[in-house]
Amino acid sequence: MILFAFLAQTLRIAIPYLFAASGGVISERAGLIGLGLEGYMLSGAFCGAVASYYSGSAWIGLLGAMAGGVAMALLYAVTAIRFRGDQVVVGIAINLLVIGLTRFFLRLAFHSSSNSPRVPGFGAENSGTGFVALASNPLIWLGIITVAVMGWLLYRTPFGLRVRATGEHPAAAISVGIRVDRIRYLAAALSGMLASLGGAYLAFDQHQFSAEMTAGRGFIALAATIFGRWDPLRAALACLLFAAADTLQIQLQGTQLIPSQFVEMIPYALTIIALAGVVGRAVPPAALGKVAE
Amino acid sequence: MTTTEARLSTAAQPPVAPPVDRTARRTALEEAVLPAVVALLVAAIVGDILILTFGQSPGTVYRLLLEGTWGNAYGLGQVLYKATTLTFTGLAVAIGLRAGLFNIGAESQLAAGGFVAALVGLLLPAGMPALLTLPVYLIAAAAGGGIVGGVPGVLKAKFGAHEVITTIMLNFIVLALLNYLTAAHLKVEGSLHTAAIHSGALPRFSSYIEPFHGSAANVVLFIALVTAIVTWWFLFRTRRGFELRATGLQPEAAEYGGINVGNVWWRAMTLSGALAGIGGLNFVLGYKHYYEDSFASGAGFLGIAVAIVGRNHPLGVVLAALVFATISQGGLAVNAVVPKQMVDVLQAVVIIAVAASVPEVRRMLRKAR
Repeated sequence: MILFAFLAQTLRIAIPYLFAASGGVISERAGLIGLGLEGYMLSGAFCGAVASYYSGSAWIGLLGAMAGGVAMALLYAVTAIRFRGDQVVVGIAINLLVIGLTRFFLRLAFHSSSNSPRVPGFGAENSGTGFVALASNPLIWLGIITVAVMGWLLYRTPFGLRVRATGEHPAAAISVGIRVDRIRYLAAALSGMLASLGGAYLAFDQHQFSAEMTAGRGFIALAATIFGRWDPLRAALACLLFAAADTLQIQLQGTQLIPSQFVEMIPYALTIIALAGVVGRAVPPAALGKVAE
Repeated sequence: MTTTEARLSTAAQPPVAPPVDRTARRTALEEAVLPAVVALLVAAIVGDILILTFGQSPGTVYRLLLEGTWGNAYGLGQVLYKATTLTFTGLAVAIGLRAGLFNIGAESQLAAGGFVAALVGLLLPAGMPALLTLPVYLIAAAAGGGIVGGVPGVLKAKFGAHEVITTIMLNFIVLALLNYLTAAHLKVEGSLHTAAIHSGALPRFSSYIEPFHGSAANVVLFIALVTAIVTWWFLFRTRRGFELRATGLQPEAAEYGGINVGNVWWRAMTLSGALAGIGGLNFVLGYKHYYEDSFASGAGFLGIAVAIVGRNHPLGVVLAALVFATISQGGLAVNAVVPKQMVDVLQAVVIIAVAASVPEVRRMLRKAR
């Protein structure tokens, strides 16, 4: 029973990571660095909460969230592709932009600098954290399905092949007639959409938006993308691993066994170790961060 | 015959070098300044839109912003204080970029520098004169930031691990570690800061000039300006600086020219981290005289903006630091009328617009020539 509770909580924590890391994989496999994931998530959380609040429906909220995430991802893509802006600079700026915009419009829409009023979410109210609450949340199922779909999309469809070609060798891709820029725009939009679902999950789970509520989860998802070596399934496993560490830390709280700060470090430390190649080198897509021409 | 040939060949090289050089210099200046101008215009337009959505008049808000920053001594003092930290983090990012490396870790390097300086300050005996302790603090802060910056440098040189990712990951690790050390071991009960350092605290401007009362500006500002000059001298007047820039422009060519690129990488990252670390003195030594958890929040990331807008030139960095410090302090000045987060949006817009217009401006100027 304890084990089941542990797994259930791990899954709950992992879902936002799963969405955002799936977005990270598709974006980076197309050659666009996924530094804006945190911003797409936060934008998704805010727009999701606003749309849900005014429509009274979490499903409409979900559409709003996706619009918010895609808008930010497209801003990033246009700056990086059309204007050839540096992806690292723009990615970091997108995060700052979304933090500012969400706080600004939080005050405009709800006259608060910290959080929105209660918004409709999924599932029965007050159903706790047990299995019923878990299984009645469609976003949990959607998150799990997303991982499978991403694996299929990337490895079993012409679109996936084009995405991988674009990220590895854009010049070769262009020479065989692939419209590399269009593939990158699509990959960016998809990544913004997926990450925004992770943000919406957070907002609906807490039935409100609060300022900077994503709290670095986008960067954990980026860490999972890299630790999972840019593969949807492995990235998902990395998300589960990081979420299990979070869960362990929550369970251990108060026992004074390990300070929580050290558990927080786990995803980041593992990613550095993976990049340094201690246990099998993590090699990024060859054209990651480069202008395609 | 041969003499004619010789005369012809000298005649074939007309003495047009000076005018060409001047045009090239002007183009370089235009290339450096135009994107910043474009960005500020775009930011002003976005700012107008945000202010109008909040039902206020842009003119009033911008006037408030200027009055609250450059319009009075207190505001000016706050701007100078913020610009001091941003100069250090901006120089840090700029040095990295000159070497072709993206240091996203200035945030944690700044914090680590301040933390180590405060630790040393707690160990120093009370009452030592600032002239004696200042070098100690400089070394301590540089060491704190330098180690945090050096690790990604070594990982890059030895394993090819991309410094963007490792510096981001180290930000989280180092800030969590500092948070743990402060919260669990060093804090004064009921706070998240250490006890005050015993000696060598530097004076604020307000102790000499009364109107600055309450503002945080202090003499570390002068250390920042000297650091900017030294950085310029290092980059453009020393062999190591030349190696660093050569590596940044074209690592393969630098390697072929006999430069050990790996060494340049880890040295540049260590230096970059050390510069950010010294910035910690602005808070620890000049302002509060203790280390406080998350004192660095945001200044490291804004350092990226400062370096980009300042085009990685020390003079540009100082000017850009003043611009971003003004915007940042201006947010507080207008908060009663529009949410202060408006300025976060404007700062981000400036970064995006500069990033987007640098390649565009370069292409336009090349075409025009």
